[in-house]
Amino acid sequence: MIEISRLGGRLLGAAAIAAALSFPGVAHADDTIKVGILHSLSGTMAISETTLKDDMLMLIDEQNKKGGLLGKKLEAVVVDPASNWPLFAEKARELISKDKVSAVFGCWTSVSRKSVLPVFKELDSILFYPVQYEGEESERNVFYTGAAPNQQAIPAVDYLMSADGGSVKRWVLEGTDYVYPRTTNKILEAYLKAKGVPAEDIMVNYTPFGFSDWQTEVSKIKAFGSAGKKTAVISTVNGDANVPFYKELGNQGVKAEDIPVMAFSVGEEELSGMDTKPLVGHLAAWNYFESVDTPANKAFIDEWHKFIKNDKRTTNDPMEAHYIGFNMWVKAVEKAGTTAPDKVIDAMIGVTVPNLTGGYATMMPNHHITKPVLIGEIQDDSQFETVWQTPGTVPGDAWSDYLPGSRDLISDWRKPMSCGNFNVKTGKCGGEGTN
Amino acid sequence: MFLLRSALLLLAVLLAPISAVHADEAATRAAVAKFGRAMSFSDVEKVVKEVAATGDPAAVRALAALADGNLYARQPDGAVFVVKEKSDGFDLFDPLTGKAEGSAGKDAMVKVKVKNSLRRLIGDAVGNLTLAARDPAVRLAAATTMLNSPDASTIEALDAAIAKETDAAVRRRMEAARASAVLVSDRSEAEKEAAIDLLGARGDRDTLSLLLSYEATAKGPLKDRAASAVSDMRDVLAWWGVAQNAWYGISLGSVLLLAAIGLAITFGVMGVINMAHGEMVMLGAYTTFVVQEIIRASFPGLFDWSLAIAVPLAFLVAGAVGLVIERGIIRFLYGRPLETLLATWGVSLILQQAVRTIFGPNNRDVGNPSWMSGEFDIGQLAITWNRLWIVLFALAVFTVLLYVFNRTSWGLHMRAVTQNRRMASSMGIRTPWVDALTFALGSGIAGIAGVALSQIDNVSPNLGQSYIVDSFMVVVFGGVGNLWGTLVGAFSLGILNKFLEPYAGAVLGKILILVLIILFIQKRPRGLFAQKGRAVEA
Repeated sequence: MIEISRLGGRLLGAAAIAAALSFPGVAHADDTIKVGILHSLSGTMAISETTLKDDMLMLIDEQNKKGGLLGKKLEAVVVDPASNWPLFAEKARELISKDKVSAVFGCWTSVSRKSVLPVFKELDSILFYPVQYEGEESERNVFYTGAAPNQQAIPAVDYLMSADGGSVKRWVLEGTDYVYPRTTNKILEAYLKAKGVPAEDIMVNYTPFGFSDWQTEVSKIKAFGSAGKKTAVISTVNGDANVPFYKELGNQGVKAEDIPVMAFSVGEEELSGMDTKPLVGHLAAWNYFESVDTPANKAFIDEWHKFIKNDKRTTNDPMEAHYIGFNMWVKAVEKAGTTAPDKVIDAMIGVTVPNLTGGYATMMPNHHITKPVLIGEIQDDSQFETVWQTPGTVPGDAWSDYLPGSRDLISDWRKPMSCGNFNVKTGKCGGEGTN
Repeated sequence: MFLLRSALLLLAVLLAPISAVHADEAATRAAVAKFGRAMSFSDVEKVVKEVAATGDPAAVRALAALADGNLYARQPDGAVFVVKEKSDGFDLFDPLTGKAEGSAGKDAMVKVKVKNSLRRLIGDAVGNLTLAARDPAVRLAAATTMLNSPDASTIEALDAAIAKETDAAVRRRMEAARASAVLVSDRSEAEKEAAIDLLGARGDRDTLSLLLSYEATAKGPLKDRAASAVSDMRDVLAWWGVAQNAWYGISLGSVLLLAAIGLAITFGVMGVINMAHGEMVMLGAYTTFVVQEIIRASFPGLFDWSLAIAVPLAFLVAGAVGLVIERGIIRFLYGRPLETLLATWGVSLILQQAVRTIFGPNNRDVGNPSWMSGEFDIGQLAITWNRLWIVLFALAVFTVLLYVFNRTSWGLHMRAVTQNRRMASSMGIRTPWVDALTFALGSGIAGIAGVALSQIDNVSPNLGQSYIVDSFMVVVFGGVGNLWGTLVGAFSLGILNKFLEPYAGAVLGKILILVLIILFIQKRPRGLFAQKGRAVEA
């Protein structure tokens, strides 16, 4: 199956390259600044990543209407890595060396990010990564505009533990079997134990990608939840598997009042393909919800509907991350007066731009940004309603404080340290992460 | 949840005439009106408590609407209404009597905020208020709520309700609720012992949860008594667990059967390695989506019939595509399995990308008709309606197919052609058309499977991919060329999988199944039901 989809992906990829190559052909003059977009437009990840491609095209379009950047027009170069991890590296190389893009916005899964990392290091370019991830990484060439675990997972658990969230005592960590859920759950398990939760009150469970028969898993959750203690599920279930998971929860009558499910990978996009009436009250933790009522967000949503020519299309958290990342890059380029990656990377740190939830995002020296954390409940119109949020913004922490090995590391890309994994115990750059 | 809600609404309707004579109506109305000024969650919480304290059953309508997110405050006067959404705004109803009060635009109305902890609070309040309702279903729901959130102060109310209760099932539930309240009260030890015995005899998970939380705080002989009740319940629940696993296995088996049965025809009977089989399933699912979209837009009343309408359409759509594929590609490739494999796989990619281009890469929302939502219990066995219908549907499709194959002349032709093409041809059967129609039949059946699978899985362009491996697995395991083999193969793989899953986990369980099949195929290369006879060797 893997072989098949991979080969299929390649065929489609080839077709997409042909399309991408023939498209911009006209505007190859030097009076444009090129921006690479590296999101899968075919294959399993297309469902999530296509939206981000459109989001970027909209942002670039808007910037051009405002007069471009450094007196030049911006030009988007779109490639399709077809949900195929090795192809991500090939496409990244093509964008940087052949198309000479100034920065790349892209990737969704951690595997794809890990696969392009060596390319960005070797060719010294910039990647903006817009998705919440497991942390344990800080690279000079990458800017992480999605949430680190301390900007999503930890506050979500804190909320559930609080009286507001139902004083949860028993925890199910349910995830899809790959690197993000495994690392996040490792961090959460360590965190829960540090908070005094006994091991028998934590159940960790993994299912394969695209899992669709949730009957046993849901009844396991029900059984685990009937031990006389308030129980909650922390779900890092990814992508398509969520729909049958929530359908089964609804059908088996697992109500949010009894066993709430807190999801880290379910956004407006995923809910739009679902009947959410049985799911009202289940939770998600993000740094942005479409329902947040601010003028900036309203303008963003209107612009998006106009650009995509569809009033029903939703916005989501990674879209806001690209919005922030793109505006930060624009500001840093203006500050540096050039698009040369070396200069821009240094100029990025400390850049502050407004986010869509009424606050500001600042690029920290560890290449992560400050974000507010929002907890939302699913409503019957496939939207979230914010029920709790952090009073201010939370700076992203690349290295978790709850994992052995990782807790001694800090990251600071300012000179003279310029190190992504400085070990404060040994006083040396190059400490070990956990993966 | 839906049952409970609709029951509550019904109750509210029943209560409407009484509420007029209720002396405290003005007080209740004043309390409910405070929702209009409650802007934060803590404000709403205060008002809910205040409304519950009135003890007036007329407040149930407002509270139930609040829990459902249908209680809104009009701006700027802050008047509170129960609303019903329509395309350009809301219809307004009085929060106590339910009388229609005209309508308002979306901008003029602000929702009274609600969240999980408030819904729980409201559930308890509604439970207390509806203990004396007329409808036994509402009383049962009230008793269930009180059972699950025990409160010592409700014992007297329950005693009074039990004395008046006429319905045996409701009384039993009320007695259980009283027992759970006794456990958290400061009543005598003897009463608590009786309560533990009464709860222990119930044997369901909710009660187990209550007893476990009691056991954690109790002391002395009461603790031991609770512990022994808990262990008895666990033993019984373990047996129900086995039955539950068997049901899950049957249900998974029926999904496998549906996915594989079309392939049992195209691959099993005709010998075409059809990699585009999964995409036929996907086309069926998208047909369901289109049917539902049209129904939602033009005939909302027909929604519960959407699946019945989609089944024949899905059969025709997928069958027609199958016919085109056979006539256009496969007929040139008979006897060349490798080329067939590559060609059909190319077709599958084309179909996937075509659907992605037309419908977009996102999941599409296919709704469950009301008769496929929710669950019912047999003892401690929870059976969801959608799974039950899918099991029945799979068996029906299987029976029809078996009939077509064994009892109709077309079926005879099909079997004749696949067993000995030249002989059949010389008997005057037009073999090319039989091939084409057989392939179309297999594809059409896959389309029907798509209708059923749209109820439990994502409707996305990738839908088919996730079933193609399982389908081949079932057909090969069951024995190529035999429908009964597919049936037995599907159900035995389903049940085996579901018995492995609780112990090995979902990931390892799947791997174990694959290993077992590989070993089995080593031993019996032709599968469970091997076809015998000369035709097989040819």
